[in-house]
Amino acid sequence: MSTPLKFYQVGSFAVGNRLLAEEQLSEQSRPGRTNSLTSGHRACQGCGEALGARYALDAAMAATDGKIVAVNATGCLEVFSTPYPETSWRLPWLHSLFGNAAAVATGVSAALRAQGKTDIRVIAQGGDGGTVDIGFGPLSGMFERNDDVLYICYDNEAYMNTGVQRSGATPPAARTNTTHAVGANPGASFSQGKNLPVIAMAHGIPYVATATVADLHDLEEKVKKAMTFRGARYLHILVPCPLGWGSRSEETIQLARLAKESGLFPVFEAEYGEVTETKPIRRLVKVDEYLKPQKRFAHLFGPKAHPEQLIAIQAIADRNIAKYKLVNEATQLPADQEVSRG
Amino acid sequence: MDKPFAITLNIGSSLANHTGSWRNERPVYVNRLPPCNDACPAGEDVQGWLYEGEAANYEQAWRNLVRDNPLPAIMGRICYHPCQTACNRAQVDEAVGINSVERFLGDEAIKQGWQFKITAPATGKKILIVGSGPSGLSAAYHLAMRGHTVTIRESAAAAGGMMRYGIPAYRLPREVLDAEISRIVNMGVTIECNAKVESAEAALAEGFDAVFLAIGAHLGKRAFIPAGDTARILDAVSVLHMTADGQPPMLGRRVVVYGGGNTALDAARTARRLGAYEAIVVYRRTQEKMPAHEIELKEALDEGIIMRWLSTVSRVDEGKVTIEKMALDEKGFPQPTGEFEDLDADSVILALGQEVDLSVIEGMKEIKVEDGVIEVDEYLMTGRIGLFAGGDAVPGERTATNAIGHGKQAARAIDSWLQGEKFVHALRPELASFDKLNTWYYSDAPKTVRPKLDAARRASNFSEVVQGLDAETAVFEARRCLSCGNCFGCDNCFGVCPDNAVIKLEGGKYEINLDYCKGCGICANECPCGAIDMELERS
Repeated sequence: MSTPLKFYQVGSFAVGNRLLAEEQLSEQSRPGRTNSLTSGHRACQGCGEALGARYALDAAMAATDGKIVAVNATGCLEVFSTPYPETSWRLPWLHSLFGNAAAVATGVSAALRAQGKTDIRVIAQGGDGGTVDIGFGPLSGMFERNDDVLYICYDNEAYMNTGVQRSGATPPAARTNTTHAVGANPGASFSQGKNLPVIAMAHGIPYVATATVADLHDLEEKVKKAMTFRGARYLHILVPCPLGWGSRSEETIQLARLAKESGLFPVFEAEYGEVTETKPIRRLVKVDEYLKPQKRFAHLFGPKAHPEQLIAIQAIADRNIAKYKLVNEATQLPADQEVSRG
Repeated sequence: MDKPFAITLNIGSSLANHTGSWRNERPVYVNRLPPCNDACPAGEDVQGWLYEGEAANYEQAWRNLVRDNPLPAIMGRICYHPCQTACNRAQVDEAVGINSVERFLGDEAIKQGWQFKITAPATGKKILIVGSGPSGLSAAYHLAMRGHTVTIRESAAAAGGMMRYGIPAYRLPREVLDAEISRIVNMGVTIECNAKVESAEAALAEGFDAVFLAIGAHLGKRAFIPAGDTARILDAVSVLHMTADGQPPMLGRRVVVYGGGNTALDAARTARRLGAYEAIVVYRRTQEKMPAHEIELKEALDEGIIMRWLSTVSRVDEGKVTIEKMALDEKGFPQPTGEFEDLDADSVILALGQEVDLSVIEGMKEIKVEDGVIEVDEYLMTGRIGLFAGGDAVPGERTATNAIGHGKQAARAIDSWLQGEKFVHALRPELASFDKLNTWYYSDAPKTVRPKLDAARRASNFSEVVQGLDAETAVFEARRCLSCGNCFGCDNCFGVCPDNAVIKLEGGKYEINLDYCKGCGICANECPCGAIDMELERS
C-alpha cells in the first residue's frame, strides 16, 4: 500500500505498546529501565518533578550506557529524595548548595576530564528557583565557559519546597504565598519575566530545548540528542506541582499538556543560539482551559475576576504561537477560533 | 562499617519507605463494557477479537469471535452493524470498520479451513431445532458446543432460511453461506431438508429433550388493493425465494415495489438485476421514517432505484399503478391528500412485512400468540414446557444478527433447563463511554472504505457488491480500535507513575505495587482506554 499506515499504537503518544518492536520502545516502557529516582521518595502525590527527573535521567542513562553523574541544587527534588540516610537515587549523585549546582557540575566535569574519563557525562539539575534565581550566576558562567554539562531545570514555577513563594519563573497573575490574590492586580505581577531558555540561547551554547512531562517521546529524544553534544547544554522541563498550583494530583500530565496546547509553554529546540525545531500544537485550546483547574489562578474566574488579566495571559499565548509558529495545517482549532497557521 | 567523619548511619534506600500508606484511593484495573459489545445483538466480544486481530493473530481472533457468533463470514456481509453506530471512534474520526474485519476473519477461516472444536463431553440429550435460518443454526452450534445432540429440520430444499431465501446473492454469495453451514454440520449437527415439521407437539413426543422453534417469518403480508383482473401483483418474499431457487418470476421492464423495509429494497434491487430497467419503491412515509437501513438505501439509490416518498398504492391495473400522494399531519402521520398519479408498471411487488406461519403450534392452547408472534419468557421458552422459540417468530427486531443472538440465548437457556437450572446472566460491567477515554493518545486514522463495484455494473448481475479487506488493510482497520474499557498494553500506566509503582508483567499486563502507590491517580487519568478505576481505600 502506498499510503503510510498510521496505527493508533505505533508512533502514537502513549508510552509504549505491546505490538512495538524492541527498538521502537520508549525508555520508560522498558521493564529494565534504570529507575534513576526509585520508589519510596517523599514527593507529593502526583509530583511532576519526580516524574520529569526519572524521565530525563533514565533517558540519559540509556544514552550513555549508564555513565552519568548528577549534581543537584537544593529544592524539592533534593529534599524529597534524600532524607538522611536514605536515598532514592540509583546513580552517582551530589548535592552541595542551593545556588551552586552549575559550578559543582563544572568542577565534576573538569575533574573527570583531568582523569581522562570523558565517557562519564555530567548532569546538573535543579528547580526553577535554584536555576533562574539563586543559581543563575554560576549557570551563566557555565554557559559562557561552555563546560561539558547538561543542565536540566525542572520548572514548577515557584519555590515549592519552602512553601510556594514566587520565583523569577512564576507566571503573571499566579497566586503564591508572596503574591496573594488581592488588590487591583491580584497574584504575581505582569513583569518582564525571566525566560531562561531564551537567555541560554543568547549564550550561543550548542543545545537548548524545552519539554514537558506530557510528551515523553519528545522529552526522551531531547535528552538523547543533548548527550550527542559536548559543551554546555540546557533543558527546561515544565513539571506541574499539584501542591503549589492547587491542582488535583491526577491532573499533572494533563496540565502540562494544556500548557503546551494553549501556547503558554512553547516546546522547541535550538542549536548554537538558533531555533531549529518547534513542536506544533495538536489541539489548540484557550488559556482558560489550562488555567481553570489551578487554584493559583482561581481569581481569574468568577464574579470578582479581573477580565483584563485573562486577556493579557491569552495575549502571551498568542504571541508565543506567532513567534514559534506553533499552529500548523494539522492543528485542530477550537470551533470559535481563527488563528493564522504558520 | 567504617564511617567517615560525622556520619553515623549506614546508607539506606528509600525503598524502605513504603509510601503506599499515604494512599486514600487505589488504582484498580477494570474491564468496562465497550459500546460495540454493548450494541451487538449477537453478544459478540468485538473488542476482544479485534485485540487479537491487532496483532494479526487471525485464527485466535476468529476463535474469539465464534465463541458468540458461528457465522462471521455471513454476518460480515449482511449485518447492519449496530456496533459501528455505537463505536466511540466515530467521535474521534470515523467508526472502526468492525463489519469488514469480521468479514475478513470469516473469509480467512473458510480459506484456511478452520473448524469448530467441541470440548464439552457428550450429554446424551437430543434437541430438535425447527428451521435452519440464523437463529436455528446459531442455537445448533451453541448446543453442539455444549455436548448436546442436535437435529435441524428444514422445510425448504436447502438450509439457511432467510439468509438463502430472503437475502439476495449480491449481498451474500451462496458459497459463503454453504461454507459456514457445512462447518456447523461438521460438528455433528444433522440437517434434514425438505422436512417440514407440522406439529411441535408431535415433535416433542418423538423423544426430543427440547425443541427450539426457529421458523422465521416467511409469509408475505398481503394488503387489500383494488386491482384489475390482469394486474400482476407478487409478494417480495416469494420473489426473493423464487430467485434464490433459480426460478425468478417474470417481472417485466417496469416494476413498482410497495413498502419501506429492507425487503422492499432487496426486491427492487433484485428486480433490476432480473432485467427491469426501472424499479420504483413506493413508501407512504418519509425517508426519516423508513425502516430500511440507510446503507441499503444508499446502495439502492446508487443503483438507480427510484424512491417515491409519501405515496400509497391505491389501485393496480395491467401495466399501470395508481398512487395517492400523502401529507404528514401535525402528529407526523401520513394522511391521504386525494391527489392521484399513475405510474407505468408491468408488475407490483408487495413488501409490506412478513408474518409467522403459526401452523406448527396449532392447537397448543398453552402457547400465547400476540400480534402474530409467539410469546416467550426471558429464557425464550414458550408456554409449553420444553418448547423454546426465537428469531423472527418471537417479538423483537427482525434482523439476522438478532436471530443469531436469540440462538445463543436459547441454547444457553435450554442447556441450563436440561440441567434443572435457570441460566444466570453475568453482570454487565459499566459502559466504557466516550468520557471514560483519554483520546489524546490515539492518532487520527480514517476508516478503510470497502471498495464497491461500480454501481452500474453491479445492478446488472448477482455478483457480490461489497468487496472485502485484505490482510494488510484488515490489520490496519483492527488497529484503529480504541479498545474502550479494556487494557491494550500501551505501557502508559507503567510510564506515567511518579513513584514507579506500576509493575509491567508479560503479555501487556500490569500490576500496581501497593507498597509504593500513593494513589495520585495519574495512571487512571492518562489511561487511553479507561481501563483503570480509582477506588476509595477502606481504612
